[in-house]
Amino acid sequence: MTSQNGSETRVKVENLQKLYPISRGVFRAPTDFVHAVDGVNFEIKAGQSLGLVGESGCGKTTTGRMLVKLDEASDGTILIRDSATDEMIDVTEINSKTEQKEFRRNVQMIFQDPYESMNPRRTIFDIVAEPLTVQNLGTTEEREERVVDLLRLVGLTPPEPFLFRYPHELSGGQRQRVAIARALVMEPTFVVADEPTSMLDVSIRISIMRLMLELAEELGVTYLYITHDLAVARYMCDKIAVMYLGKIVEMGPTEDLLTRPMHPYTRALLSAVPVPDPSYKRPEVEIEGGVARAINPEPECRFIQRCPFAQDVCRESPHPDLSERGNDHLVACHLVDPQGNWMGAERAVLDLRS
Amino acid sequence: MVIKDQDSTEVLEPQIDGVETVELAEGELPESLLRVRLKLGWAGFKKNWKLFSENKLGLVGLGVILLFALMAIAHPIMRSVGPWQDDNVYDPVIGFSAPVTDFEVVATEADVVDPDSQIDQVTAQLWCFGSVAGDICSINQTPAPPSADHWLGTDPLGRDIASQLTFSTRAAFLLGTIAAVVTVAVATTVGAIAAFYGGWIDNFLMRLADLVLLLPLIPILIVVSGLFTVTMPLLGVLIGILSGFGGTAIVLKSQALSVKVKPFIDAARVSGGSNMHLIFKHVIPNVLPLSFLYMMFTVTEAVSLEATLSFFGLINADMTWGIMLSTAQTQGYLRSGLEFWWLLIPAGLAVSLLAAGFFFVGRAMDEVINPRLRSR
Repeated sequence: MTSQNGSETRVKVENLQKLYPISRGVFRAPTDFVHAVDGVNFEIKAGQSLGLVGESGCGKTTTGRMLVKLDEASDGTILIRDSATDEMIDVTEINSKTEQKEFRRNVQMIFQDPYESMNPRRTIFDIVAEPLTVQNLGTTEEREERVVDLLRLVGLTPPEPFLFRYPHELSGGQRQRVAIARALVMEPTFVVADEPTSMLDVSIRISIMRLMLELAEELGVTYLYITHDLAVARYMCDKIAVMYLGKIVEMGPTEDLLTRPMHPYTRALLSAVPVPDPSYKRPEVEIEGGVARAINPEPECRFIQRCPFAQDVCRESPHPDLSERGNDHLVACHLVDPQGNWMGAERAVLDLRS
Repeated sequence: MVIKDQDSTEVLEPQIDGVETVELAEGELPESLLRVRLKLGWAGFKKNWKLFSENKLGLVGLGVILLFALMAIAHPIMRSVGPWQDDNVYDPVIGFSAPVTDFEVVATEADVVDPDSQIDQVTAQLWCFGSVAGDICSINQTPAPPSADHWLGTDPLGRDIASQLTFSTRAAFLLGTIAAVVTVAVATTVGAIAAFYGGWIDNFLMRLADLVLLLPLIPILIVVSGLFTVTMPLLGVLIGILSGFGGTAIVLKSQALSVKVKPFIDAARVSGGSNMHLIFKHVIPNVLPLSFLYMMFTVTEAVSLEATLSFFGLINADMTWGIMLSTAQTQGYLRSGLEFWWLLIPAGLAVSLLAAGFFFVGRAMDEVINPRLRSR
């Protein structure tokens, strides 16, 4: 893990929102919106990685896509430090082509699916060199050299035999290494990794994760690591943010968050981590159902429908703010006091499996 | 390894096992990128050829096309160094040649004893105006049946059929090529742009495609040929646009839609690719195989359409297969059945065979491109 204490902020996201309109036909303006991402705030320091954890549909991928400008934010600001000028640049305000090119040099993304994230008609060289080609950087020979260097860096050695192969000739792990090489070819300072290991065989997962950590150390890359797997987040990240229905419900340093989870949702996620012990008795924090609909949500706590601890205060007050509960650990729950102590019922009595 | 549903990508990857690629040893960089790409292209071609050659019908089609290509090449050779050098005899348009038979003119039809050497006075006026009984009337025999000089005989105007047939082959290929290229260019661009941008651009282009699809092709071309002088290249462009904007564009758009949502499009965008880069470097290369398939069917369509329009005399061309049939028809030989078979069979067969040849190749290519159709 790479933690440089007191280092500069590399990414700062404020009140990020993404609303998807639900079409009501051609002639009527949409009145209903899916609140995919709803007021997300976080900050990533240089050289640190933030893990964005949550179940499917909670908005973590949308957040990542907005950070690399694949989706436009509906509201809020995304400030990313430009490596060349060392200024914080608001991603949502980037419009001109030159600004966009500058931004693409600085921020890259690694995609989830190594099978689909490469054009089947292009060779590995074409794929890795594409950022250089579209930005018109270097001569062909220089690009070739750079690609060879990067393939070696991501562990595809010897790199030359890989250059003119097609993606379908490579295994999943090899492809993901190529994808990492493509993301790093421009020497970005910030990389959004969208579940880069979830499609991989368990046996190669760890080697890919180790590679990403080594590269972060070597090249000074900051990751936003999107995953649904707490174990992966623990291995990869300095900080973890747990997302639920478009909002971050808990955020804190990895070890602190995992050993001292405060939000009922985080506790439920942790209790769902399988333990390889048949006699292990699971703690009784269970949540029911799937993620609720995020269409025009009520102002009350987002988690209320699935929270076994919900009290009157949760129903009457608006969604709680994400606030500090000591040790840089932020929680959005009415039932956690400012010192981080649990004020709700000791355990939930709901038996949801019946 | 994760088991993936390959169904959607299958169409895009005409690949089989035992793939051949360019392999570089450690530390060895290719001498030039162009050469590596040529090698890769050759390897890909060999792979696809293996698949294609498993389809016998496709090979037959390819053989037919090659035969016609040889015919097209044969014409200028025969005319310049071969036996057809005489412009007055073997020119496909203004050439003339006819065996001459002398007839004895007799007074009335009843007096004709031998119809092969005698002719009555009234009929003789058609060839020898002013002739009276007792004269000798020399008659040019047109159309003449196949002979050593004229392998496929001559047409009603005394022109050599074999020369006309081979001369027209070139025009047919020219027309087919233009129509095919225009179709592919129009259909892939329209399809990819409609799929990529969506929204009102998509709506506009697709409604236009529906409109073109609904237009009856032959009446439209008849009207156009009334307004403009339609030459073969222009006809090729017209057919290309009409077929490229219609059904082919719709099919390619649906294919482009499935390509557009692939993560590699997002990846290219993150790399900094502009919309044009995404369309031309990522979307179009992935729909191109399908577009080649439709190109084959367009050639089929163009060849038969040309014959139809020429038959009605609507095309401004020196000589085509359709004009050959048209000549037979206007001179009244069309309904004489197989007595004058050399006026109908060569041109008619050429149109059908070339159209069928391209169609068979298209079908075989379909199997290469679409693995679900393969017998294995």
